[in-house]
Amino acid sequence: MQMPTQKTMTRHSEPIEPKIQPFAQMIKNNIRSYSMVVALVLIMLLFQLLTDGILLRPLNVTNLILQNSYILVLAIGMMLVIITGHIDLSVGSVAAFVGALAGILMVQHHVPMIVTVVLSLLLGALIGAWQGFWIAYVKIPAFIVTLASMLLFRGLTMVVLKGQSIAPFPKSFQNISSGFLPDVFHGKNIHLLTLIIGGLLSILFIWLEIKKRNNAKTYGFDVIPAAMFIGKLISIVVVITVFSYVLATYEGIPNILIILATLIVAYSFVANKTIVGRHIYAIGGNEKAAQLSGVKTKRVTFWVFVNMGVLAALSGLIFAARLNAATPKAGNLFELDAIAACFIGGASAYGGIGTVSGAIIGGLVMGVMNNGMSLLGLGIDWQQAIKGLVLLAAVAFDIYNKNKAS
Amino acid sequence: MSQFILEMRGITKEFPGVKALENVNLQVKEGEIHALCGENGAGKSTLMKVLSGVYPYGTYSGDILFKGGVCKFKDIKQSEELGIVIIHQELALIPYLSIAENIFLGNEQAKRGVINWNETIVKTKELLKKVGLNESPHTLVGNLGVGKQQLVEIAKALSKEVKLLILDEPTAALNEDDSENLLRLLLEFKKQGMTAIIISHKLNEISKVADSITILRDGKTIETLDMRKDHVTEDRIIKGMVGRDLTNRYPKREPNIGEVIFEVKNWNVYHPLHNERKVIDDVNFYIRKGEIVGIAGLMGAGRTELAMSIFGKSYGKKISGQIFKNGYEIDVSDVSKAIENGIAYVTEDRKGNGLILMDDIRKNITLSRLNKVAKKFVVDENKEIVESEKYRERLKIKTPSIFQKTEKLSGGNQQKVVLSKWIFAQPDILILDEPTRGIDVGAKYEIYTIINQLAQDGKGILLVSSELPEILGMCDRIYVMCEGRITGELSRDEATQENLMKLMTKTEVRG
Repeated sequence: MQMPTQKTMTRHSEPIEPKIQPFAQMIKNNIRSYSMVVALVLIMLLFQLLTDGILLRPLNVTNLILQNSYILVLAIGMMLVIITGHIDLSVGSVAAFVGALAGILMVQHHVPMIVTVVLSLLLGALIGAWQGFWIAYVKIPAFIVTLASMLLFRGLTMVVLKGQSIAPFPKSFQNISSGFLPDVFHGKNIHLLTLIIGGLLSILFIWLEIKKRNNAKTYGFDVIPAAMFIGKLISIVVVITVFSYVLATYEGIPNILIILATLIVAYSFVANKTIVGRHIYAIGGNEKAAQLSGVKTKRVTFWVFVNMGVLAALSGLIFAARLNAATPKAGNLFELDAIAACFIGGASAYGGIGTVSGAIIGGLVMGVMNNGMSLLGLGIDWQQAIKGLVLLAAVAFDIYNKNKAS
Repeated sequence: MSQFILEMRGITKEFPGVKALENVNLQVKEGEIHALCGENGAGKSTLMKVLSGVYPYGTYSGDILFKGGVCKFKDIKQSEELGIVIIHQELALIPYLSIAENIFLGNEQAKRGVINWNETIVKTKELLKKVGLNESPHTLVGNLGVGKQQLVEIAKALSKEVKLLILDEPTAALNEDDSENLLRLLLEFKKQGMTAIIISHKLNEISKVADSITILRDGKTIETLDMRKDHVTEDRIIKGMVGRDLTNRYPKREPNIGEVIFEVKNWNVYHPLHNERKVIDDVNFYIRKGEIVGIAGLMGAGRTELAMSIFGKSYGKKISGQIFKNGYEIDVSDVSKAIENGIAYVTEDRKGNGLILMDDIRKNITLSRLNKVAKKFVVDENKEIVESEKYRERLKIKTPSIFQKTEKLSGGNQQKVVLSKWIFAQPDILILDEPTRGIDVGAKYEIYTIINQLAQDGKGILLVSSELPEILGMCDRIYVMCEGRITGELSRDEATQENLMKLMTKTEVRG
């Protein structure tokens, strides 16, 4: 007869797991985000080789930033939406609609640029509030609400534009997407201001890291060994320096990069460091438990969609400025690129997991692939097919990792 | 060949850290109604899951003999093929399908994948006649009441040519008439030669229909009684169910009880979906400083519903009544207000409602009171880590680090995280709903120690539990609930398992 193995029953029969240092544990918890960084670097190296070094030329790096900015802006907002366990299919249509209205205001009615931008962002917030109301308070699934909005705002875009494009925008507006920081120091062959900003960023970064480390020390926490710490600082400083040098040899820092960097820093901060950020993750992790812990789940969900609306509007403005036209076709399929960026960047389709930096990395993986494949002369048809496979592979890799872990 | 249709011999089933069943024997005679009794957690449902193949052969030890043959079920399908059909406590019907579709779900009357609807309807009509349900086969199950749904379940069982019907708490959700009807039906089937096992808490029902009765306690068979020979009374059954040694399972405490800190008056709650159903009926109770007050009751008595409706109106509709703290009426209309007013609620279902399993220990502990470790809106993670570490030490959470995801912890440690979370929220009143469900004895003891310490610190504790020994071992005063009402209030000295059980089953209408 088969006897099951008798487990020794002690008074405390819980399994004691091997001691893992908190740092090792943190790496283990974040292995997914590191692996995507590695994947991004590998993809960049691959295309760098395949394109005989065109990919990382200053002109192309600048182009990469300009081409992907509006998707990255959407991906940031989409990440928050996905973390709460929802989805937003309407962002492309909303971006188009806002871009169209901005065109009408600025080009046809000569409203000043600043006023138009503010009105556009407010409009985005209003659209987001509309969706948030149905999703958070009436409890209609986000998939349905935003699918409806996707149709609604695509239709409205065509209505307000009467099927035609509006162009051209004033130069000041175009500068959002195609302008660069002026070089106040008038470098000869090189953009001096960019190098100086790069240097300042390096110093700022080193200062923040040291402060963080000292702070952890005063609390008596384990910190990584000094040698490793210095190695980390040096590698980051090298990356910043090389990046700013590459930009400096072309036109310098694009305006859009400043907007983008501000958004990334601000949203990472909100997601990781604030109470609201914690509440967003908690809702996606277990809405019922979050609610029973005093999280105002409806209100937070509502505001996440308002935020998405604002970022969709911003994305619409950036796109219109880059194209120098408001067109009925603007923003087509943006939502899918943004969603794909989030999932490639490690978001969970069930909510609760994902980071803003992950969304950016996911967006860059797609952006570099687009750009690289275009440089190789691959058609849009093949690009799309390969992107689809990459999305599937990234998520499959994620699931595989999770199963292996448990 | 024996006289028994079913014999389960020496069944032992272990879960990590808990022995759910230990050497359990069950013998059921052909053509009888056999009752299975025991407290919540005694192992009744686990035993039936072993029998029906939910826990497949190899995950338990011991033998199952059905009609003399040894059974090694791999899944439910195999046990159903032999005619062993189980009807679970939570009905497994699909509300959007018709009666006929539900009855033949998974057992479709089909040829080469094409369903013969005429035959299905004819057979359904026959089955409905057998169970005395006068409804069209096309009626959607969602449109039926619970009683009628239960009959559909039975019809479904009959459609599988059932030899042994197992009913898990079949009348728990039914009203008096429907229960009566169901029991009559069982007796009817018995006449036609069907064997049945019925799991029930309602002892009056058992005395009415059962021929013999097996009592389980703590995963062990206590005794099997013949209802006619042994002159079994309800008291006799209760004694079998609860007669267990209480020494040393509960840490000692010298109660230090102060004035009334929390009071609930005229509390009424209606069911969130069935608007006319009253779930909590005019409940009044109070808790004093440093006092552990128990709420006892059977499943469905309304204990959790009471607790959740008090905690930020998290359950129910049309809630009326007043809540006082230190003599002043307080507003608990949503969870954050309840927390601000110093109320904490440790949920019954720690995985579903208590924890965010994908998050680490630290984030779970601080979630309900993040502003304690934050400056304005920014969480100070260093402070958070220090605070969480304190709770890890104080409650002895066994984990490599506070960055461990809570899904990786054992039940006892998960419960300690939930307790940490609510102690961290600095409440004055803690409502603990089944705080030791599904955790092993050692961890239970530790949790009782924590609860005692909280009372010692002057907090008011409301302990909701379905385990009578726990209530008796821990509480200074006990309220008993039955069908949404408080049917009695006993002091520590007055309370015995027997008189608690009597109050818990006091289903008749008040005089």
